[in-house]
Amino acid sequence: MKTCLIVDDSRVVRMVAKKIVTSLGFKTEEAEDGQQALDFCKKSMPEAVLLDWNMPVMNGIDFLVELRELPNGGEPIVVFCTTENELSKISEALMAGANEYIMKPFDSDIIETKFQQVGLL
Amino acid sequence: MRPDQFTLLANLVKTQSGIVLTPDKTYLLESRLPPVARKHGLKGMEDLVNAVKAGRNKALADDVVDAMTTNESLFFRDQKPFQIIKDEIFPKLSKSRGGAKTIKIWSAACSSGQEPYSLAMMAREERSIQGWTFDILASDISREMLKKAQAGTYTQFEVQRGLPITMLVKYFKQNGDKWIIDKGLQSHIRFKEFNLLHDMAPLGTFDIVMCRNVLIYFDQPTKSKILAGIAKRLAPDGVLFLGGAETVLGLSKDFKPVPSLRGVYQLA
Ligand SMILES: C[S@@+](CC[C@H](N)C(=O)[O-])C[C@H]1O[C@@H](n2cnc3c(N)ncnc32)[C@H](O)[C@@H]1O
Repeated sequence: MKTCLIVDDSRVVRMVAKKIVTSLGFKTEEAEDGQQALDFCKKSMPEAVLLDWNMPVMNGIDFLVELRELPNGGEPIVVFCTTENELSKISEALMAGANEYIMKPFDSDIIETKFQQVGLL
Repeated sequence: MRPDQFTLLANLVKTQSGIVLTPDKTYLLESRLPPVARKHGLKGMEDLVNAVKAGRNKALADDVVDAMTTNESLFFRDQKPFQIIKDEIFPKLSKSRGGAKTIKIWSAACSSGQEPYSLAMMAREERSIQGWTFDILASDISREMLKKAQAGTYTQFEVQRGLPITMLVKYFKQNGDKWIIDKGLQSHIRFKEFNLLHDMAPLGTFDIVMCRNVLIYFDQPTKSKILAGIAKRLAPDGVLFLGGAETVLGLSKDFKPVPSLRGVYQLA
């Protein structure tokens, strides 16, 4: 079973995302900010990361940049899931190594099609 | 709505568009027609039905039919057909059409435009046919949907369903909470109001026809008639794509399935 790391500082968002991602057949792990996420990845690299942008301690972009520098850090499929919906922000995320991008609000349909597009399903 | 009112309206919709409305769809008429009545200065269902019955108001009849179309669509709907075009059809055409360097595609029920725009994006991305002419005809019976398709403006919700993010970044501009399709992409597409029940001969011929998620609304004879029409519009080596719940089986002897490509048909 593939693991999806859900990174978001909102407990409610993590809960909703967890429900959706679990229903798509993933085992889920959670992190409240980029630093926690990075620590997790150093121990065990997930197949997928669902990533918020604005979080305390370390934001999503900084996490992604550091992740991609880790050995095997290129492996996880990273899907942003954020309220940032400016074209310039989306481009920034893609430059930093994001595979897909979801603008909140999201629903299970959106997560499912995005996961399909990047070959996770 | 009274059963006789339902029957009258359902008959109108059926004769004009082929769309079959069964009595369990009465609620659809009840919810979608009040705005049409208002637009035509009619007070309610009774007035609307009477005006339709009088049969002198073509614009009203058109609007009733338009209101009863189901226009749900998304970018790269079902993904698989588009994958097939990319992996199988474009490479084949890049060889067989090398002379004229033109590929002709018909999106036969294009709704709000996601299907023809998806095709145009794919054609742009395909290396083996760079610099070729893509002529995409995007047609629909619904004037409202064609307007939307032509405007090429989509909500955040719409651009997130099926459209890869790289394509959004590459082919759209942002304006507030709206996303607007690239003008260059639009230049490959001709939008046209066209009813599938009408004579298709003036449309020309096509290498690829997408007639997806529209036959489901018709009865068997109508489906057969439309498939027979499309067969005549297809190049001898052209392909037809139907929706996931649609088939030619039992409806048309003009087509046979392309082996191993689900939902794709060629001339028999
Ligand atoms: C569900 S949409 C399908 C859109 C797109 N092909 C897709 O698969 O996503 C069905 C479309 O068929 C159109 N339609 C219904 N009857 C038609 C007819 N007789 N001629 C042309 N278009 C028709 C409707 O207006 C509607 O936009």
